[in-house]
Amino acid sequence: MNGRLSTFLITSVCFVIAFLYIPIFMLIVYSFNYSKLVPVWGGFSVRWYEKLFFDSPEIWEAVVLSLKIATVNASFATILGTLAGLALVRFGHFRGRTLFTGMISAPLVMPEVITGLSLLLLFIWLQNSIGWPNERGFTTITIAHITFSMAYVAVIIQSRLAGMAQDLEEAAQDLGAKPLRVLIDITLPLLAPGMLAGWLLSFTLSLDDLVIASFVTGPGATTLPILIYSRVRLGLRPDINALATIIIIVVAIGVLLAAWIMFRQQKQRALELKMSEET
Amino acid sequence: MSTPAETVVAEQITTKNRLVHRLTHFLQYHWRKLVLLVPFVWLLLFFLAPFFFVLKISFAEYTLKSPPYTDLIQWADEGVMQIRIVVDNFAYLWEDDLYVNTYLSSIKISTISTILCLLVGYPMAYAIVRSSHTVKHILLMLVILPFWTSFLLRVYAWMGLLNDQGLINDILTWMGFEPLRMMYTHFAVYVGIVYTYVPFMILPLYANMEKLDWTLLEAAADLGARPMTTFFTVTLPMTLPGIIAGSLLVFIPATGEFVIPDLLGGGNVLMIGRVLYNEFHQNIDWPVASAVAIALLLVLVIPMMLYQHIQAKEVEVK
Repeated sequence: MNGRLSTFLITSVCFVIAFLYIPIFMLIVYSFNYSKLVPVWGGFSVRWYEKLFFDSPEIWEAVVLSLKIATVNASFATILGTLAGLALVRFGHFRGRTLFTGMISAPLVMPEVITGLSLLLLFIWLQNSIGWPNERGFTTITIAHITFSMAYVAVIIQSRLAGMAQDLEEAAQDLGAKPLRVLIDITLPLLAPGMLAGWLLSFTLSLDDLVIASFVTGPGATTLPILIYSRVRLGLRPDINALATIIIIVVAIGVLLAAWIMFRQQKQRALELKMSEET
Repeated sequence: MSTPAETVVAEQITTKNRLVHRLTHFLQYHWRKLVLLVPFVWLLLFFLAPFFFVLKISFAEYTLKSPPYTDLIQWADEGVMQIRIVVDNFAYLWEDDLYVNTYLSSIKISTISTILCLLVGYPMAYAIVRSSHTVKHILLMLVILPFWTSFLLRVYAWMGLLNDQGLINDILTWMGFEPLRMMYTHFAVYVGIVYTYVPFMILPLYANMEKLDWTLLEAAADLGARPMTTFFTVTLPMTLPGIIAGSLLVFIPATGEFVIPDLLGGGNVLMIGRVLYNEFHQNIDWPVASAVAIALLLVLVIPMMLYQHIQAKEVEVK
């Protein structure tokens, strides 16, 4: 493919990149504003970072809660999503397949307000009839997050499985390995990169969710998005700019690092392939 | 001779062994069922079942009790079961102009936003596909990166830019124009939706365009077609699957959006997601909130099924 683009295309690329990054850039710039009024520049300062680190225990409590939920969610969602992906790609036809396909892909497009409302109603009914969950918070938010995160993991695993050559699995089977052995020793290790990607995506989705969490949470469990939302809906806040800057930088470093590692692995694999072909 | 205690211990060990044996035996033969049943049951319980509660409560009446709705099944004095289904909530939605207008306004906002995303995203996706290898990776990375950072914070970033004293108005005044009122307007909501959802348009378009045979364009040009003709007769029809997938991925979530109209639109912009949220959290009217949810689902069920259909076909082709 040629690398030359028309002026129109170059302009639209520049426009999209500027559109995507200027707001984030300005958000970061104004986190260093001395003024309490966010949009009015009052000189450079790091006072909002100081306030954030030394004078905002409730923010750190919310950070810890959100990280806990995200970790538990990502781990369960990866297991459930991998199982679902395996069943859908490798099991051929089974009873209830249409229902299963529908249920696993619907959370991807379901409006969050509906998922949140419906799960809350279920939790309240369960609480009134069997006494569980006795309070809403960590457990209910995690269950809600697993339900939509596993759908994303299943999509990743499905596309990995569909694009994977089955010759290693067939070889193992020909050598007498039972199907479960093949699954554990061959298929799952081959799926590991997909599972890792699914874990990371689930982790991020959980950290990002405001709407569903604010439906299914109870008093006392404030996740980071709920806390940020309750503050910013009243207007701009310089300490939230500082918090946003830290979050954006951490995420950007993480994503770029992951991309770099994946890029290097691909290169390494291409090199190995080339060498094996030459010998 | 072993002591009685030893016999008991030995028996315990053999029972334990037997259990372990049975478990491995079970796994060996039934693991497929487990692989399927665990996620299946989870989804039945936490995805499908909750909808029946929404449906049920949308037919109930609002009361001051806790939880604030009546039971559909009630027991009369003689032990006769009565089923009370109330359609008042839906009638209320239909008769109250506020709700009807909110629906129409949501659909209008998400349709216009989808078209805007397409106009912004299509040239971008096209440029990514036609770029050289390295540039392609950098551009893709730049499109995906904001997707990983917090959605809420990205909306918040626009609160700063669109503010009466924000950067955009600063530039306007500096250039000698009158400052504009942008926060809490429809304009702000469109900007917010396009900003957060444009990657969802670009990525499916890119995935579709990446697989296309671009030599067809050269063929069309060789046969004398002008660029505009080539675009409308070759490029656009070929990329239609990508356009449909991307549009659905923007339209569906945008219709039920809550955060963007709440933070950028304020009370001036009517959207269903925000009405549902407020009906539930502020008015504590669960039956009406549930009826709003059911009505929202009815609007979205066709686009959602269409998306699922495309998604299923995609996996089959692979």
